[in-house]
Amino acid sequence: MTLDKLLIIAAALFCCGLYTVMTRRNAVAVLMGVELILNATNINFVAFSFFLSRVMGGQIFAVFVIVLAAAEAAVALAIFLRMFSTTGTVEVDTADQLKG
Amino acid sequence: MIRYAYIIPFLPLLSFFINIAVGKRLPRKGDWLCLGTIAVALAMSIGIFYEVFRAYDPNFRYHIAFPWITVGNRALLNTGILIDNVTAVMLLVVTIVSTLVHLFSIGYMHGDPRYSRFFAYLSIFSFSMLGLVLAESFLFIYIFWELVGLSSYLLIGFWFEKKSASDAGKKAFIVNRVGDFGFLIGILIIYATCGVLGYDQVFLAIGEGKLSGTLLTLAGIGVFCGAIGKSAQFPLHVWLPDAMEGPTPVSALIHAATMVAAGVYLVGRVYPMFTPDAFLFIACFGLITLFLTASIALAQNDIKKVLAYSTCSQLGYMIMGLGVGGYTAGLAHLTTHAAFKACLFLGSGSVIHAVHSQDIQEMGGLRKKMPITFVTFLIATLAISGVPGFSGFYSKDMILAAALEFGMKSANPLHMIFFIGALFTAGLTAFYMFRLVILTFFGAPKDHHKYDHAHESPASMWVPLVVLAGLSFSFWYSGWFGTLVQKPKSVANLAGISAPAKAATMEHAAVMAPAPQEEAVSAPAGAPHAEDPAASHGTSAPAGHGTDAGHDAHIAHTAHTYAMYSSVAVGTLGIFLAFLVYSFGWINPDRVANAVKPLYKFLQNKWYFDELYEATIINGSKALSRGLAWFDMHVVDGLVNLTAQIGVFVSFLVGKFDDYVVDGAVNGLASATTGSGSLLGRLQTGKLYHYVFVLAGGALIIFLIKAF
Repeated sequence: MTLDKLLIIAAALFCCGLYTVMTRRNAVAVLMGVELILNATNINFVAFSFFLSRVMGGQIFAVFVIVLAAAEAAVALAIFLRMFSTTGTVEVDTADQLKG
Repeated sequence: MIRYAYIIPFLPLLSFFINIAVGKRLPRKGDWLCLGTIAVALAMSIGIFYEVFRAYDPNFRYHIAFPWITVGNRALLNTGILIDNVTAVMLLVVTIVSTLVHLFSIGYMHGDPRYSRFFAYLSIFSFSMLGLVLAESFLFIYIFWELVGLSSYLLIGFWFEKKSASDAGKKAFIVNRVGDFGFLIGILIIYATCGVLGYDQVFLAIGEGKLSGTLLTLAGIGVFCGAIGKSAQFPLHVWLPDAMEGPTPVSALIHAATMVAAGVYLVGRVYPMFTPDAFLFIACFGLITLFLTASIALAQNDIKKVLAYSTCSQLGYMIMGLGVGGYTAGLAHLTTHAAFKACLFLGSGSVIHAVHSQDIQEMGGLRKKMPITFVTFLIATLAISGVPGFSGFYSKDMILAAALEFGMKSANPLHMIFFIGALFTAGLTAFYMFRLVILTFFGAPKDHHKYDHAHESPASMWVPLVVLAGLSFSFWYSGWFGTLVQKPKSVANLAGISAPAKAATMEHAAVMAPAPQEEAVSAPAGAPHAEDPAASHGTSAPAGHGTDAGHDAHIAHTAHTYAMYSSVAVGTLGIFLAFLVYSFGWINPDRVANAVKPLYKFLQNKWYFDELYEATIINGSKALSRGLAWFDMHVVDGLVNLTAQIGVFVSFLVGKFDDYVVDGAVNGLASATTGSGSLLGRLQTGKLYHYVFVLAGGALIIFLIKAF
């Protein structure tokens, strides 16, 4: 297990997430893609910390990111619920009322 | 008493304000108030005169001045009063005549709708005249000079419903303005060169040589111009006869006794500053006036017009007297004339009041109906004719003597004309005055209706007549007047000899301390004799004669004797001739008039002065006004319109600039903003994957830049 392999996994995971965010129109799916990107980041944090640092900063930061992702998911899902009850859909393309 | 002299002018001013404001509501319409204040002024003047008389000092001077306008620490202009012997006499003259005229007016103006206003005007006149008399500087005499002009205007036009009266008022005011303009120029010359305006300060400055030569002569002539206007001298005499449109008491007060004498008083007051040339100028105008107006008086039939021309003529005597060096003579005639001429005017007022006419051809025989008026009028006429024993003899004789002395001393034989003209006119004066008396009071009544209505005037009218007639005797004046009123020493800087510093002192001060310099200037030498009106004179005495005191005194004595005899002879001749023509009928006046018809017409039309002025000055100024109006309409208005059109054109250009450049910039900025806004707005698609794509693309680009 080397740093390179871990970074490749993280990059692959990131690309999957990015692809999901870019292609999916369902807001829940986009949110899932975002979760993938966050987790790819987490892998990087932990990997770099494990191999290059003597302290546990990366791991701690990953924990922070997880907490943050949970909070973000909670807020985002609440917004989607409100959006669904108002417009009857969670397609991200339709949420364009703020556009001038 | 003299310490309170400054109060005198304010007394009539007070009654003026009260009467003009609430006069109509006062009991008797306030006439008692005006009469009372002027009577108090009279009492104070008598007190002052008594003090001055008791001092009996030819050099008497009471002078107070305090700063009126100051700049920094320097008093720019002073105000105050100056009382010398002449002032004391003049105060007395003004207040006596004014008081009597107030008294006379109570009867004469009885029942006039503007009774209280009349008395208010009399008061403002008295105020201005007294202020003029007391003034101690050129500035203040000028201020009061204008004020008497104003009150004269108001009183001439008092019956302004009559067009002739309001016209006469305007004429008097405007003609006076012409003279006053000269006066102002004179004052300005003095102020520009000396920087002060108080008499004493100016005389001192002239003595120091700050103002001399031609400019001093010009300043003197300028000041004399004021006297020409106010004292109705040729060529500005035309206003005085017309001023007779005013009520008769006004004519007596203003246009006979006091205001017209202000010019003479002014010349007397500033006597030291005149140069010989200025004196000659003054004498010439006096001579022309006295002859010209006396000749006009011969052919007038309006009682007041005759008296008016006679006033002009007598004023001419005074002016000429001053001009030929008879300082005492001129001022003595001013004093005596005030009394007898006021008496004549008030007498004529009494006659007019009785017969309601001013035409002497409608009168006649009035001596039986109006004995008091007749006797007083006759006394005054004897006085003006120069009959010995009456005041006119005393003063006119002095003037004639001064003129003769001037002629005898002068190198130029032409200067004898002053004596000859004055002597001839003395005969004319006696003739026309007795013509007036005979036609009015003697003979048979020509208009029986008017004669039957005539009656003696009430006491308020004849008392003043009696008082004034009483003052027409010579014993009131002879003796003290010549002693107290003596010619002041000239301060004019002649022939490069600087006058002594105390130049304003009287002549005989120089006698007491005769410095060689002073003797060369005017050399009075022998102690001034009381009856010697012209001790010395710049023009009359060439340098060689100046020091020969005995010779001068001899000439003066000879001149005095000759003048006395000849004036009595000529006066008697005039009176005799008048009786021949108008009383005994030995010479038919109509036939004489027909024989010299053109001359008679010429005199009756007053030498065509009014017509001449109408043709030249009035039409000239009208034509000038029309020319100026044309200039205004076409040139000035054209320029204004051109400016306006230029303005319009420039505004048009500026408007275009505004429309295209300024607005263009603003609009261009706006459209640039909208254009760039709409262009950039396209980037905001609202599609999530676009943003993500850009985000990822941007990150990729940064990565690539970092990698390579």
